[in-house]
Amino acid sequence: MSIQDHLPALIVMLPLLGAFLTPAVASLGKKIRNIFFVLFSFLILLVALSIGCAVFWGSPMVYVMGGDSFAIALPSGMSYPVRILFEIDAFGALLALCIAIASFAGALFSVAYMDKFSGWKKYLSLYFMLTAGALGMCVTGDLFNFFVFVEISSIASFGLVAFWRDKPEAIEASFKYMLVSQIAAMLLLIAIGTLYGKYNSVTMAALSSMMADGFLERVVLALVLCVLAFKCGAFPMHAWMPDAYAEAPTGVTCLLVTVSQASFYGLIRVCYSIFPKIAAGGVVGWILIVFGCMSMFFGVMMAVVQHEIKRLMGYHSISQVGYMLLALGVGLVAMSDQQNMIAYGFTAMKGGLFHAVNYSMYKALLFLCAGSLYYATGTRNLDKMGGLARNMPWTAGMFVIAAAAISGLPPFNGFVSKWMIYESSFAIHPILPTIAMITSVLTLASFAKVFQAAFLGPAKTGFVAVREAPGFMLAGMAVLTVATLLLTFFPGWFISNIFEKAAGALVDNASYVRAVMGGI
Amino acid sequence: MTDLIVETTLDTLGNFAYVAVALLILMALYTMLTQKNLIKICVAIAVLGSSVNMFLVLLGYRDGGEIPIYFLKGENASMVLPTPQCLTLTAIVIALATTALMLSFVILLHKHYGTLDIDEIRRLRG
Repeated sequence: MSIQDHLPALIVMLPLLGAFLTPAVASLGKKIRNIFFVLFSFLILLVALSIGCAVFWGSPMVYVMGGDSFAIALPSGMSYPVRILFEIDAFGALLALCIAIASFAGALFSVAYMDKFSGWKKYLSLYFMLTAGALGMCVTGDLFNFFVFVEISSIASFGLVAFWRDKPEAIEASFKYMLVSQIAAMLLLIAIGTLYGKYNSVTMAALSSMMADGFLERVVLALVLCVLAFKCGAFPMHAWMPDAYAEAPTGVTCLLVTVSQASFYGLIRVCYSIFPKIAAGGVVGWILIVFGCMSMFFGVMMAVVQHEIKRLMGYHSISQVGYMLLALGVGLVAMSDQQNMIAYGFTAMKGGLFHAVNYSMYKALLFLCAGSLYYATGTRNLDKMGGLARNMPWTAGMFVIAAAAISGLPPFNGFVSKWMIYESSFAIHPILPTIAMITSVLTLASFAKVFQAAFLGPAKTGFVAVREAPGFMLAGMAVLTVATLLLTFFPGWFISNIFEKAAGALVDNASYVRAVMGGI
Repeated sequence: MTDLIVETTLDTLGNFAYVAVALLILMALYTMLTQKNLIKICVAIAVLGSSVNMFLVLLGYRDGGEIPIYFLKGENASMVLPTPQCLTLTAIVIALATTALMLSFVILLHKHYGTLDIDEIRRLRG
């Protein structure tokens, strides 16, 4: 077997190796530690990229731990499916790539941002652990394994949100996040256990091929939907999100954005690939649409009144997740009817996936800009900032790009993906794009306020000597800016080469099953 | 008629462990919703975790089954399922880690706020 075949294992193994190597490497000195941190993150990015290339222009990858087939054959001739397997299709590879990019950018940023703090060994270990958990969620083909990766990423994020443990707010945010997160995780485990009890398997593809429509399955689907909607911050269960995002060190917030995307991956995977018979058409799709609309609207309403820059962006995250839920909900509603799927459902799904990638890039960039403002000025309160564009031209420039993209101004990438969502959701009900457009306008208003408050106007006394953020922080931001600009300049190429394949992989549930189970 | 009653009673008794799991989960959720003390909430989370583990072990239980190790299985041919036990072991380790972390947060919260009442720990609002 060549190294190519082992890529799915490497993408989880590398960050885990990084997590446990760090304590040793970090004691070799500051410089070696920084080089290790950045190079290792870059290595993970390379692995994610090569998986992406292999999957987008090839077939889904299946990797079985410790064997060729996921079933074990006993001497008596009986075959029993026990092995853990990783399955990466175009959708999983897409989100894994997003996570790897954000992780690399966050690593570059953290090198300078965390420089003056102690506790580097713990920070690095948890950082790699969080990356491993999030990547694992996107590549696993086993529901229990999914739960384990959810827990790895959750526990790492509890530790990182509370990293500045002498700040009461940080501990409080982390504790509250932990309470609800643990309840959610246990409900997820009950759901997985119930499925195991009925179908005798936790492999996603095997479950999908056996799945019947019944009361028990519906209860399980409802539980999983609630848990994962909570994990990606949909409206009625959003309260942890702004707290945790605001209090985590900024390099981590950038990664947390993509971790919530990994939960989004789980949600969509469960709806489209495991329960397609129950979820297609009607109810489940509308539930996602309603979740999405509420998150969009209430998220942005709460964001507009904020004065604290990272909290404001945290509320915007809720509203952005709403767009994706809306789009994929529209896709589910259309899925039961081939005609509707061609007419608008597929566009909605492409738009939703495009938005998911856009969101990870520009949102992570916005958080890094906020972090660099905090680094330079020592405050997160917008009322105290002012006139910083003169002192921090690079940060200001990159902030403008990200803010224009998130508000959906043409020609930026946010405009393209939002337009695809408006267009397709209109076919279901005109009220949906109306809510989405109002949200978009309010987003623009809110970011215009941030830009005006932080960067324009007379320089505030005390901030005259403020200097531009150090090179490593700018480099981290530049990585995400380049990604945003690439998506802006070549949306057509990305849509036809990547998002179409990812959406196709979701719709074609049979191919997901076939990759593991063979020709059934 | 009496046969039916006896049979139903036996069935219910056979499922009694599941009823216990459901009761434990409900108790844990009730405690979390009504109690204000952080330590009590942590205990409730731990109870929730344990009851879910019990549910997993129950799923693999076979009446009169032996331990699922081939050499030690004895005369009886039926064994309990090993997979849920592996799942439970993993879940126990995870629950241990979260409980430890959660209790350490409680210590830090008590240091910062001087109270364990969850209503008074609310600096993050709006």
